[in-house]
Amino acid sequence: MAHKRIRERLRRSALYTFGCLGTRTRDDDQPHALHGAGYTRTVQCNQPHLHENKPPYYCKNNISTTKYNAITFLPTALFEQFRRVANIYFLLAALLSVFPISPFSPISMIAPLAFVVGLSMAKEALEDSRRFLQDRKVNKRNVSHHAGNGVFEPKAWKDIRVGDVVKVEKDEFFPADLLFLSSSYEDGICYVETMNLDGETNLKVKRSLEATLGLDSDETFKDFTGTIQGEDPNPSLYTFVGNFDYERQVYPLDPSQILLRDSKLRNTDHIYGVVIFTGHDTKVMQNSTHSPSKRSSIEKKMDLIIYILFAVLVIISVMSSVGFMIKTKYKAPNSWFLRPDNIEVQYDPQKLGLAGLSHLVTALILYGYLIPISLYVSIEIVKVLQASFINQDIHMYDEDTGTAADARTSNLNEELGQVDTILSDKTGTLTCNQMDFLKCSIAGVAYGVRASDVELAAAKQMASDVDNDSESDGYENNSGWESSKKAPIKGFGFEDERLMNGKWVKEANVDDLLLFFRILAVCHTAIPDYNEVTGTFTYEAESPDEGAFLAAAREFGFEFCRRTQSSVFIREKYTNHGKVVEREFKLLNLLDFSSKRKRMSVIVRDEDGNIILMCKGADSIIFDRLAKNGKKYLESTTRHLNEYGEAGLRTLALSYKRLGEEEYSAWNNEFQKAKTSVGVDREATLERVSEMMEKDLILVGATAVEDKLQKGVPQCIDKLAQAGLKIWVLTGDKMETAINIGFACSLLRQGMQQICITVPNLEAMSASDSTKEAIKDNILNQITNASQMIKLEKDPHAAFALIIDGKTLTYALEDDMKQLFLALAVDCASVICCRVSPKQKALVTRLVKEGTKKTTLAIGDGANDVGMIQEADIGVGISGVEGMQAVMASDFSIAQFQFLERLLVVHGHWCYKRIAQMICYFFYKNIAFGLTIFYFEAFTSFSGQSVYDDWYMILFNVVLTSLPVISLGVLEQDVPSEVCLEFPALYQQGPTNLFFDWYRILGWMANGVYSSLAIFFFTIVIFYDQAFRSDGQTADMAAVGTAMFSSIIWAVNCQIALTMSHFTWVQHVFVWGSIATWYIFLFFYGALSPTYSKTAYQILVESLGPAPIYWVATFLIAVSCFLPYLTHIAIQRCYNPMDHHIIQEIKYYKKDIEDKHMWKREKSKAKQETKIGFTARVDAKIRQLKERLHIKQQHSHHNLTSSPQQQQQANLL
Amino acid sequence: MIVRLSEFDNCFYVGREHKSPPLTNKMMEMEPQSAPTPKKHSKKPKYSKFSQQELPAWKPILTPGWVIATFTVVGIVFIPVGLASLFSSESVEEASIRYDDQCLTEMHSENAVEFIQNGLTNKTCTTSWIVERRMQAPIFIYYQLDNYYQNHRRYVKSRNDKQLMNPASEGDTTNCYPQDKTNDSMPIVPCGLMAWSLFNDTYRFSVNTNSLAVNKKDISWGSDRSSKFGSKVYPKNFQVGGVVGGAKLDENIPLSQQEDLIVWMRTAALPSFRKLYGKIETNLEVNDEVEIVIENNYNTYEFGGKKRLILSTSTWIGGKNPFLGMAYLFVGGVSLVCAIVFILLYVIKPRPLGDPSYLSWNKNPGLLK
Repeated sequence: MAHKRIRERLRRSALYTFGCLGTRTRDDDQPHALHGAGYTRTVQCNQPHLHENKPPYYCKNNISTTKYNAITFLPTALFEQFRRVANIYFLLAALLSVFPISPFSPISMIAPLAFVVGLSMAKEALEDSRRFLQDRKVNKRNVSHHAGNGVFEPKAWKDIRVGDVVKVEKDEFFPADLLFLSSSYEDGICYVETMNLDGETNLKVKRSLEATLGLDSDETFKDFTGTIQGEDPNPSLYTFVGNFDYERQVYPLDPSQILLRDSKLRNTDHIYGVVIFTGHDTKVMQNSTHSPSKRSSIEKKMDLIIYILFAVLVIISVMSSVGFMIKTKYKAPNSWFLRPDNIEVQYDPQKLGLAGLSHLVTALILYGYLIPISLYVSIEIVKVLQASFINQDIHMYDEDTGTAADARTSNLNEELGQVDTILSDKTGTLTCNQMDFLKCSIAGVAYGVRASDVELAAAKQMASDVDNDSESDGYENNSGWESSKKAPIKGFGFEDERLMNGKWVKEANVDDLLLFFRILAVCHTAIPDYNEVTGTFTYEAESPDEGAFLAAAREFGFEFCRRTQSSVFIREKYTNHGKVVEREFKLLNLLDFSSKRKRMSVIVRDEDGNIILMCKGADSIIFDRLAKNGKKYLESTTRHLNEYGEAGLRTLALSYKRLGEEEYSAWNNEFQKAKTSVGVDREATLERVSEMMEKDLILVGATAVEDKLQKGVPQCIDKLAQAGLKIWVLTGDKMETAINIGFACSLLRQGMQQICITVPNLEAMSASDSTKEAIKDNILNQITNASQMIKLEKDPHAAFALIIDGKTLTYALEDDMKQLFLALAVDCASVICCRVSPKQKALVTRLVKEGTKKTTLAIGDGANDVGMIQEADIGVGISGVEGMQAVMASDFSIAQFQFLERLLVVHGHWCYKRIAQMICYFFYKNIAFGLTIFYFEAFTSFSGQSVYDDWYMILFNVVLTSLPVISLGVLEQDVPSEVCLEFPALYQQGPTNLFFDWYRILGWMANGVYSSLAIFFFTIVIFYDQAFRSDGQTADMAAVGTAMFSSIIWAVNCQIALTMSHFTWVQHVFVWGSIATWYIFLFFYGALSPTYSKTAYQILVESLGPAPIYWVATFLIAVSCFLPYLTHIAIQRCYNPMDHHIIQEIKYYKKDIEDKHMWKREKSKAKQETKIGFTARVDAKIRQLKERLHIKQQHSHHNLTSSPQQQQQANLL
Repeated sequence: MIVRLSEFDNCFYVGREHKSPPLTNKMMEMEPQSAPTPKKHSKKPKYSKFSQQELPAWKPILTPGWVIATFTVVGIVFIPVGLASLFSSESVEEASIRYDDQCLTEMHSENAVEFIQNGLTNKTCTTSWIVERRMQAPIFIYYQLDNYYQNHRRYVKSRNDKQLMNPASEGDTTNCYPQDKTNDSMPIVPCGLMAWSLFNDTYRFSVNTNSLAVNKKDISWGSDRSSKFGSKVYPKNFQVGGVVGGAKLDENIPLSQQEDLIVWMRTAALPSFRKLYGKIETNLEVNDEVEIVIENNYNTYEFGGKKRLILSTSTWIGGKNPFLGMAYLFVGGVSLVCAIVFILLYVIKPRPLGDPSYLSWNKNPGLLK
């Protein structure tokens, strides 16, 4: 067991100062006092069978995100279908249709309903099966588990049980929540990527208990047993409380020993772990809320209209029932031809109440045509087709990942056209999470000539504003400069001849340059990874920034090649006459990074024995700690840093300090004392001691790293802002990173007032004050102050940005504060929430959704975005990268953020208008048709007789009027897609709901009522009692009904033709084809034997066709139906034209080609005024420069020596 | 409890070397397989004009020209059609003789229902009418009933088409209740209320004492005779026993030749309706005195309906109906007025088409927020 003893001496990694202690912050290692509710979980390690034989039973490890399974599908899906009131109504009507009470034959009631419901259910089934397949893929993944006797065998994830010991290999996902026992590293650490959980891409270090370090090979698990006592399943990702009873010792457990499902093992060969939570008990699954079925606001409003129609239905039913009762009471006893003495109960004047009641039921069925049964199914069909257009859009196809856009649920298409607020994740959504070293400032000299994305885009914008003719479509330009600046080396986008290929030795401040590069190469916590194939090193860094620094150092000729516990080895080229020298830097201390410290330092002893402290950190922090003689480059560096910040780059300042031997050892004693101290204030002490060392620094320079934005993100954000959308960023990243990205995508800019709301510093408050109440009061104060500030702001161009972190959000989201917070957030041009948990993302989304009552869209790529994606009105997932959780939970998935523009501005806009027009038209046509049935009732003493043949009625909704409206819903375009993109302001027609407001809906309904009156009374009077043909026959009910129906078909189809503004051959075929179909149907139906055709037998050929009055009447009625509408739209278009009308006209008269200048001018004007995005940034810049110029002009003769910055900007103008 | 503090001093100096394990390279080689390669499973949508929503389309816009043209054309087309219809309608000669009240003798006017139901009373009544304008043959004879709900749901349903057509189905009396079977359960052919209530007034005409022939052939639709009413179906048990409704049928004539029944059984759409009784195929000259002998059998007194006898000629639009022509004239007139109004509007207050100054951001720049 000597082996083991060595191991015990090794203990934990000492790479991290605070890390060493971070996991041990509790006073001492007393096991937790675990009892009572919430801490009932007991896991028998390596004995999973125990959990199967006796309680407690734990759930299996298979997960299911489907809505239905094979058994529940039918009942659940049916239930879902019949949650729609209209469907319940039609179901009841269908049930009643088998009784004589029904005015229609059963088939005519049941067939359409079965068709409609069946189609919808088929769609549901298809969508759910895709989810099922995805789940199955996950459940079938293999992991090797301890099968007994020290043998590990692969096993499917779904079969993993609580208590199993599993071995997870490098780059595999953890199959369940595990207790980390040991890793391939001797000291029991492992690196974990938690991107799917919280969106953070930096690796996290996990440490096993020392007691389990010995369990480092397969055989050791032969006799391994132990018991874990712990908390019950809960969604908190960052906490775990439990005890581990192992070899008669009880050890306390904390989150650093817990490996969570869906996180990934990185940079570690393998680990062993015991399964604690499985399947839906795991933290990640607990975090996922059940995927809600979403409905668009148009559909919700449509439901309301359907309720209104129901009300109308009930009213006219009651009216006709009353009419029926009156008629039956006073008329029927005398109408001997009805045999009132021997009559069925539903007509019986003797039992008036019963007759009235049954008539009410009849009437409710009869007037059912007011409710468009095919509306839902038509909308479903239309939406599926719309969705397929979205899927097929070649402009939303990403060549790199080979993924196209995917509308995963089609019932939100039109909601895309009404989005008001976009809530976006950062990592993987806005950024690729790849850092490129782009620029640096060393010894007051700026290096790096390559421009950042932001600079390029701003330059382009500037250029286009000045020189209008050179501007072409955004997309084309975009691709052009994207490809030109592609960095060939990962993490390194630097370009400057002065420094590359060893030329830096010829620069003036060569010592500072050397130091700068050494700091880059030495001051970090990364681990090199030698790639034998390419012969180069890659680096596993905690953050991508460090990776970029190391890549840069390597390219400059300072290759970090080896790390031991005590030393860092650097291969230096170019220094000693081109020879490669490997230098060792003895690592004396490492004061690592924390978000509070915002800096990290290393103290190293170089080969000459000098002790040097190297420190890198946020500029403000470093600048505060400079020595008097260290400020040599302060001014120029500050200027460069500002420029970098403006260019959207992440900056860090680098500094150093040389230490004397005594000075160092004195401090080190103190430091070691602090490290070994016990107590709550250990960390504070450590920090204080570190603080003592990190002062009197000498500034060397600064770095600027570009957090690579995804392709086209700034342009997309700009366009979206111009379309009037608000964009919030919710990220798990730290505040600085988030702010940098805010700058990079122009959500923030210089000159914007940043309102940072944070939890007050606990140390600044006395211990008694740091209660929850005090914190809350403080935050409340901050919020009210900020609101006041915004209110008092006079400058219309002033823009505010709200930045808030997760801890603060927990308070701000509490009921009593959230409205204030929301009000403040809404007043700000951009909102950035950092360090937010998945749950908080969802809560913020809910707050925006419910607080503003406007449509929200959430976009994200990781499992940490699932909650938000599900909570938002529309969830969009970024596909194409690993991790499908976000996509699985989303309603739409796109490959890149930039496609959001097209998705919203083109497809959303179209779909919104299409659906809105379509629904309005549906109501029109059903009112026009349904009311004629009602009017006719008045002439049949309300007996419930319909003037139309059953088949006409079936066909009306399903065949004769459905295809034109579907073609409207699928193919209508008010303006072509390029115009949608060029005129972002057109998008506002959606959020302001211009096409589905009550004015419009009621207008269409009134049109329906008018049409019904015109159709009915014209037909009735024309076919009154006189002969309708030259050979003397009078019109019977079949002739009147058919003539009336013909008029309806003409009227509604002409109406839709008037509504359309875009006729492809499809529309022509459908609209005119529908009318033709009616006559064809009538011909063939009439040709059937009278057994089937009944009164319609030979009706077209024999009676109506040869009668000129039939055609003349149809023509008259059709024309009189659409004349008022035509007048209305002609007047409206003439005197109150909408934007798309004008654009249609410009296009129609080709004015855009003749007068390019006008077209260009209008394009640039067609924007919502916005305070975010490039355009706003450029505008602000121009405003600012103008002001400065103004001031400068005033003072020019006084102030001859203006700052170089001003000069530069003046030159720009 | 774990003792660890004593060893903490060594924290930094304990060697821990991270060598790149040999496995790494294998893993690196494997990675590209899992990573999506662009070409391999590319789901690139196929380009087609349809899928990209770029189909060539006709994009009409409602220009003033279109509006004015539409209204003008409607006006120009409608007014002549209206005039033609009106003219035709006016050329129809129509005489309407209400006789339900005339044919009630004073002694029966108080108890008309009893009178009509009594099989023994004499219901013959005579009236005369002087032709005011020449009537060109054929002159159609109609009877018109008021307040008679042939379109009542119970009434409409009360027939059996199979039975009417097919001699084999004479027992099929579904829907015919209560006129489905006789008291001794024999099926009634034709069954149902509709047939049972067959109109049974008859008219005889004579002009200047010469009796006028009334042609009762071909007053029904040919398709009814050939396909709906069987030529081998004979009336059975019709109007025997129970309550007698209307006319009786000759049991020796097949249904297909019972044209009165066929006409009657084409249900009228409205409670006031005419049905063809027959045709007079000689012209009636002005001042011809037509004497009409009416057998006033049909009971309309009970439900307060009127009975009329109509003599009418016809034209291409059928009988006398000025409404159609007037409606055409009205709509055409309104269209012309609209056309003029629009012309004036466009002249007085024109809006240049495609004028960008009407775009919302130019019209009210302050409104965009």
